[in-house]
Amino acid sequence: MKQPAVGQSMDRVDGRLKVTGAARYFADHQLEGMLYAALVCSPVSSGRIAAIDAREALRAPGVTDVISHLNAPPVPGYKQETPNPKQGLKIFHDDRIYSNGQPVAIVVANTLERAVHAASLVKVTYNQETHATDLYANLDKAFQNKSMKDYLRGEPDAWKKAPVTVEAEYNIPLEVHNPMELAGITAHWETPDKLVLYAKTQGVKSVQQTLKNLFQLPEQNIVVHSLFVGGAFGMALRVWPMEVAAIIAAKKVRKPVKLVIGRKDMFTLVGYRPAAMQKIGIGATADGKLTGITHEAVAVTSPYEDFTEAIVGMSKFMYACPNVNTHYQLVPLNLSTPVWMRGPGEATGSFALESAIDELSYKLKMDPLQFRVINHADTDPEKNLPFSSKYLKEAYEMGAEKIGWKNRTMEPRQLQEDGWLVGYGMSSGVFSAGRGKATASAIFGADGTLTIRSAAADIGPGTATAMVQIAADATGIAPAKIRFLLGESEYPEAPRQGGSSTVSTVGSAVSDVCKLLLQKLGEMAAESMPAFKDVKPADIGYEDGQLIVTGKPAIRAGFREVLQHRQQPELQVTATSQGGEERRKYSMYSFSVHFAKVHVHPATGVVRIKHVVSVADSGTIVNAKTAGSQMIGGVVGGIGMALTEEALIDHRFGRFVNNNYADYHVPVHADTPPTDVLFINKKDPVINPMGSKGMGEIALIGFAAAVSNAVFNATGTRVRDLPITPDKLLPNVKG
Amino acid sequence: MNQFSYVRPASQKAAIDAIFRDNTARFIAGGTNLLDLMKNGVTAPEKLVDINRLPLKDIRFSNNILHLGATTINSEVAAHPLVKTHFPLLSQALLAGASQQLRNMATTGGNMMQRTRCSYFYDITMPCNKRSPGTGCGAIGGINRMHAIFGASDQCIAVHPSDMCIALAALDATVIVAGPKGGRRIPFADFHRLPGNTPEKDNNLGKGELITGVEIPANPFTRHVYYLKVRDRASYAFALVSVAAALDISGSTIRQARLALGGVAHKPWRLYEAEKMLTGKAPTEENFRIAATVATRSAATFQHNAFKVPMAQNSIITALSKAAAI
Ligand SMILES: Cc1cc2nc3c(=O)[nH]c(=O)nc-3n(C[C@H](O)[C@H](O)[C@H](O)COP(=O)(O)OP(=O)(O)OC[C@H]3O[C@@H](n4cnc5c(N)ncnc54)[C@H](O)[C@@H]3O)c2cc1C
Repeated sequence: MKQPAVGQSMDRVDGRLKVTGAARYFADHQLEGMLYAALVCSPVSSGRIAAIDAREALRAPGVTDVISHLNAPPVPGYKQETPNPKQGLKIFHDDRIYSNGQPVAIVVANTLERAVHAASLVKVTYNQETHATDLYANLDKAFQNKSMKDYLRGEPDAWKKAPVTVEAEYNIPLEVHNPMELAGITAHWETPDKLVLYAKTQGVKSVQQTLKNLFQLPEQNIVVHSLFVGGAFGMALRVWPMEVAAIIAAKKVRKPVKLVIGRKDMFTLVGYRPAAMQKIGIGATADGKLTGITHEAVAVTSPYEDFTEAIVGMSKFMYACPNVNTHYQLVPLNLSTPVWMRGPGEATGSFALESAIDELSYKLKMDPLQFRVINHADTDPEKNLPFSSKYLKEAYEMGAEKIGWKNRTMEPRQLQEDGWLVGYGMSSGVFSAGRGKATASAIFGADGTLTIRSAAADIGPGTATAMVQIAADATGIAPAKIRFLLGESEYPEAPRQGGSSTVSTVGSAVSDVCKLLLQKLGEMAAESMPAFKDVKPADIGYEDGQLIVTGKPAIRAGFREVLQHRQQPELQVTATSQGGEERRKYSMYSFSVHFAKVHVHPATGVVRIKHVVSVADSGTIVNAKTAGSQMIGGVVGGIGMALTEEALIDHRFGRFVNNNYADYHVPVHADTPPTDVLFINKKDPVINPMGSKGMGEIALIGFAAAVSNAVFNATGTRVRDLPITPDKLLPNVKG
Repeated sequence: MNQFSYVRPASQKAAIDAIFRDNTARFIAGGTNLLDLMKNGVTAPEKLVDINRLPLKDIRFSNNILHLGATTINSEVAAHPLVKTHFPLLSQALLAGASQQLRNMATTGGNMMQRTRCSYFYDITMPCNKRSPGTGCGAIGGINRMHAIFGASDQCIAVHPSDMCIALAALDATVIVAGPKGGRRIPFADFHRLPGNTPEKDNNLGKGELITGVEIPANPFTRHVYYLKVRDRASYAFALVSVAAALDISGSTIRQARLALGGVAHKPWRLYEAEKMLTGKAPTEENFRIAATVATRSAATFQHNAFKVPMAQNSIITALSKAAAI
């Protein structure tokens, strides 16, 4: 037998395209007669549009049209009754302004520069109303919607009775995805009822569904192309109003229209991780057994949608704790709607929980790793189910060994290197290991090539590469002869790339379609090839690209021969795959453990992360190279969350003030230390044929707490408000 | 961005003429600041006068003076052996600024002329007396974590963003200027201004005047120098506080000290009193601590930037200790 392809560090199948610039992202597509759009966005945060004067803009060179609620063609899917504020933002539908930066008009011109300039000439006047953008000043508006149920296991607030307790408040600011690639769309109405789109999306099919409803078109009349995505992290999981604006504009001007939004609009038009205030009360016995956890969270949402995520989720099942209660609320503010951002919910929640666990460990005078092991949940205490697989204890050990955890001192401020304080910290991360439903088609050609199609997405993790590896093992066909095609709405249905589930979901469909292909080839052989005349299809297996027969080693046929024999150019099969009963019998999660060694400058408060070890328990690793890159990427995102990222709003204006790459600090190379990624790499026996659990989210979840815990170990100062900027660690000011 | 014309005059005189005759014309060197300002609508010149081909690119050391042409680029100056040997503080400060890509474009003249990074200045929907005199200061009462603790006025609390200029201030550089009425020399301390009632003016360059270069006299600060920049990420971020420290130490005595702060005022902030205090003293942490206290006596803070005072003090002590290698 050949070595299996799964597990190999195979190079990305599209690596060459990417590094040579040949990969075409949505904005790279130039259509015949295409026009360029620029948005006019509101500088007020609440109110109504009083008037729009577009005369000067329309007179500017090259301008085709200026479109707003005053002249936009109607969008049939917008309900016509008075706007229900919870139905989402219906762009160009009425005169309401809900948030600063909301688009009020779109200018279409024959060059980008002319569109941008003309947009600056549109004069909009507003009837301004009072706005609210400060979470802390508006806590009285906190509410729960129907989906946000309080959770209780055992006794509420049991932690208060524990001999050793910690009660603390943790705050994370609003964070913005800020991938390198800007958002936007190119829209082309080929006919009045056929819409073709070049999109930046994590799911071409979901774009198709959304627009089908909005524009009331037959599904097949909406064609969505999205072959490459330059980073998304969750911001391309839905169709945004600004994309609808471009589609409306293209409809009105009857030409293809390309919109690429500016960097500052990335703060207001494509979602964000909501700012959140969390309170944790946690208690343990003197020997370190957790007795109670109370986790409360309040997070921001927009006036017109309730965005919820699993902020308090982890507290319910991460530790074997008899008493847990959670409470989660939203505060609607004059901001656009948040959206999932890498490690959605859990990244926020884990900062609070994993910091509180660390705080409690100091009170107990117990190694925080040891403390976690003592309270390890062997089964899921929330669902009362066994885990499909869980190697968290091994992960703790592997990580501790690699970072040199034994060098850590229990007492803070004990270690120094080159005049810097040294600290070690750790945390755990967890994310649901999902498996959805997906369909894949496979075409095996008489030339020996296999082409698999599914409307999946690739926002960067290397989806096609992983799928080729899975298909290679499922068929025995060499990876070089296999192509996996994604990002086209005409392909068989696949869900959005989100929630760390693509390998699990689409990979299962690929695995299943390959099995079906082999079965069909076997049947065809049995039917028509003389050598297979007396062979039952059930006895036909395969090996190295050949059909074989159980117990009859002499009978063999290459896959190609089967087709050639029948003079058939190709064989096509389609399979749909989804999980079954196992979801009810098992609790499925991926786990991660993060270790950080930090330096903190004793005089200036500057934090430098010196070494990171992240261990992933995510089942079978399909490709250690792309998986490793994915983990490192999550760590970099985590460094941003821990140390640098914070979108600042001037609440007087409800407007972001650091809405650019110079002032909103994503980590740069100099911020990213040597990072060791370790994999448990043990097959999950239940979740899917590959035994792979998800990985994208756990790379980031928990990381910020590991850094904050390390900073405490170095300095004795606990920073509960992210990001940990130098001002929060100055020795001679009260933090 | 508005439409503009672009010219590339063949001579210095023609360049100065082009600017002098046209109020809406601006010199462009590396363009790393001007272009951003134009894209944001902060400035809308109708003519750009490209000075990159004027013969202002020399780096030479003669008569004990280092001369840097106005269009020498930051990365080249930082790496130049003459600069590294005789003026290491300048090299360190340059390398602490921006990123290598930006330093490859940014020029000595443009760097001195770069405008504040105050968010309110950059966002044309916000009030800003520097951008639109009379509209108010957005940063007062707004988000002012990055703002001034020295020399601010009730009109403007923005800070000067350059790193290079902090070293030039400490090293007593002179700005060489050519203008419609001939040339002049401006001591570095007199080049940038405090905001006062005219925050729209960053510096004292006159109408039509072109910076042709900068001169730095030879000095004894070749060994005991340190440029410390405290910032929110490890690279490619403006200073919360920066310190240019230079000491001339003989035996166990400081013969001469130079200290300047960045990120704290509308201009590079020389700490003359602290320098005087250190002169003749031993390079000890205790003395550095006293200097730091002296240095920050006149600080006045706003809602979000009070941390800059202790941060400046600690940074001064750290930079001096590094410079003295104690
Ligand atoms: C993202 C980012 C980060 C940065 N970080 C830092 C940092 O950390 N530290 C730092 O110090 N700097 C930083 N910078 C600023 C950078 O140093 C300046 O943009 C650069 O030095 C400006 O030089 P330039 O030649 O590109 O100027 P230009 O943009 O060409 O010109 C700037 C101004 O100077 C005028 N001008 C140019 N040359 C002359 C001359 N010879 N005579 C008269 N007027 C002239 C122009 O008319 C214009 O008004 C950063 C910039 C960016 C964009």
